[in-house]
Amino acid sequence: MFSIEEARKHLSDEIGDKVLEFNIEKDTLVVSVPRIAIAEVLSKLKSSSILKMEQLISICGADYPTEIERFVIVYNLLSLSNNFRLLIKVSTDAVSPVPSVFSIYKAAVWYEREVWDMFGVMFSNNPDMRRILTDYEFEGYPLRKDFPLSGHMEVQYDEKLGKVVYVPVVLEQDYREYDTLSNCEA
Amino acid sequence: MGIISLHELNSPNISDVKPPLLQDALVTKLAEETRDKGILLAKLDDLLTWARTGSMWPMTFGLACCGIEMIHAFMSRYDLDRYGMMPRSSPRQADVMIVAGTVTNKMAPALRLLYDQMPEPRYVISMGSCANGGGYYYYSYSVVRGCDKIIPVDIYIPGCPPSAEALVYGLMQLQRRVRSENANKKVILKT
Repeated sequence: MFSIEEARKHLSDEIGDKVLEFNIEKDTLVVSVPRIAIAEVLSKLKSSSILKMEQLISICGADYPTEIERFVIVYNLLSLSNNFRLLIKVSTDAVSPVPSVFSIYKAAVWYEREVWDMFGVMFSNNPDMRRILTDYEFEGYPLRKDFPLSGHMEVQYDEKLGKVVYVPVVLEQDYREYDTLSNCEA
Repeated sequence: MGIISLHELNSPNISDVKPPLLQDALVTKLAEETRDKGILLAKLDDLLTWARTGSMWPMTFGLACCGIEMIHAFMSRYDLDRYGMMPRSSPRQADVMIVAGTVTNKMAPALRLLYDQMPEPRYVISMGSCANGGGYYYYSYSVVRGCDKIIPVDIYIPGCPPSAEALVYGLMQLQRRVRSENANKKVILKT
């Protein structure tokens, strides 16, 4: 168990040359590193005898459409021995792949598939780069900010073909915005 | 419809007697023969309806929170087994499919496949807002807006989720439906 300041000092010793930025958000240390260095950084953090970041809890994505490198990938690490959590951030755009970290944390395979499915961020060298949550012929990446709410395609049963087919979305009821503060009825 | 006497049935002009009357006469004769011998006479249709409504084995398709209410209906408080309804995990053994919950696009082909695997006559109950018409997830990119886009539905149960009582009521409505569709079935007699 160590404080955030101590952790920051340890981190500077271990991966100081790779760190772009240190932040403290809600009592959690957030470290930004370059995309290319992510595998090396995680490998050092895991094998470090002081920090001992044994577990990869999750990999998340975030979309900031106004940035040039619009996607931020967040690696959520936990050290059970030290009772300490750490967030590692890298940024990328829609075409540049992020190096896969599955050889360091095996759990990364599915997490990276999920980020690929939701944001369309590629991970180089991931052994199983398929969609994981959405259906097999899904179009687009649902958690991108420019993805339409109702998607592009929907399914229905085709009597003639005798199977479930994809057709373009047709909404019988248009989307309605509710203004709960208005005096008029919605 | 009138009951003709046996004397008439045995008359030499039997060819004058019309088939429905002949059937009535036959049944009357049989009834008299089997009276007080512990034999019950019934129409085959009624017998089938009785058997069908008395053992509606549901193929449980619990997909979301509605599934929890469905479990309540099967457990000791409401005990659907009293109606002869036992949840089956194989479509081959099921008479009615209870679609309880949100049908996603990815689940849709599986839902149709399982429906196709059920033997006829088969019925479908759509349970809850999501299965009825998308419900809360109507605008979602991954949810089917009503399971009737995939399979034909007999009974819709509203609610989010419907209570266990509502499901039991829905199943009783389905029994009524089975009874009435057999009662309204037209019997064509060959003359």
